[in-house]
Amino acid sequence: MFLGRVVGTVVATVKDAALKGQRLLVVQPVTPELKETGKRIVVLDAVGVGAGELIYWCRGKESSFPFLPEEVPTDNTIVGVVDELHLC
Amino acid sequence: MLIARVIGEMVSTEKHPSHVGRKALVVQPLDLDGTNRGDPVIAFDAVDAGVGDQVLLVTEGFSAMTSVQRPESPIDMAVIGVIDRIDLDALAQTPAAHRK
Repeated sequence: MFLGRVVGTVVATVKDAALKGQRLLVVQPVTPELKETGKRIVVLDAVGVGAGELIYWCRGKESSFPFLPEEVPTDNTIVGVVDELHLC
Repeated sequence: MLIARVIGEMVSTEKHPSHVGRKALVVQPLDLDGTNRGDPVIAFDAVDAGVGDQVLLVTEGFSAMTSVQRPESPIDMAVIGVIDRIDLDALAQTPAAHRK
């Protein structure tokens, strides 16, 4: 999974039917030191996160599993909110 | 798989149910010379690895979720081994007959 911060939302009325009712969020990947790294991506939200929150997301086919039995076409989904990061 | 080092732990309470009860490690993938290889990632711990350990990181969902016994769950990385030693030239010393 990957660390990121929620930086925006995407509104799309014309989209795959299975995406109806899903929240489309923009995430900026970050390092554990919360430095921005890499490019922003659009993800689905399986947890109900807020703007600016530090989150972690899952990639690939597995990222559609939170929505089973519905087959939701997503390749990146937020699966948790980060409370703390303990680095040595 | 990738060679990596456990550099920390992540605490998260608001998360997908399949992640409950599994330790989430902050893991830095490494190149063979020990330098960093890309950014750190989050991986679930299947072998009780500790911070500072050099580990084997699997980065594909099916293997990751299976190793932490969470089928059909949104998990795409797991630590599935603690590395004792890496012998890079060991292969060169094995007699050709064994090296198919």
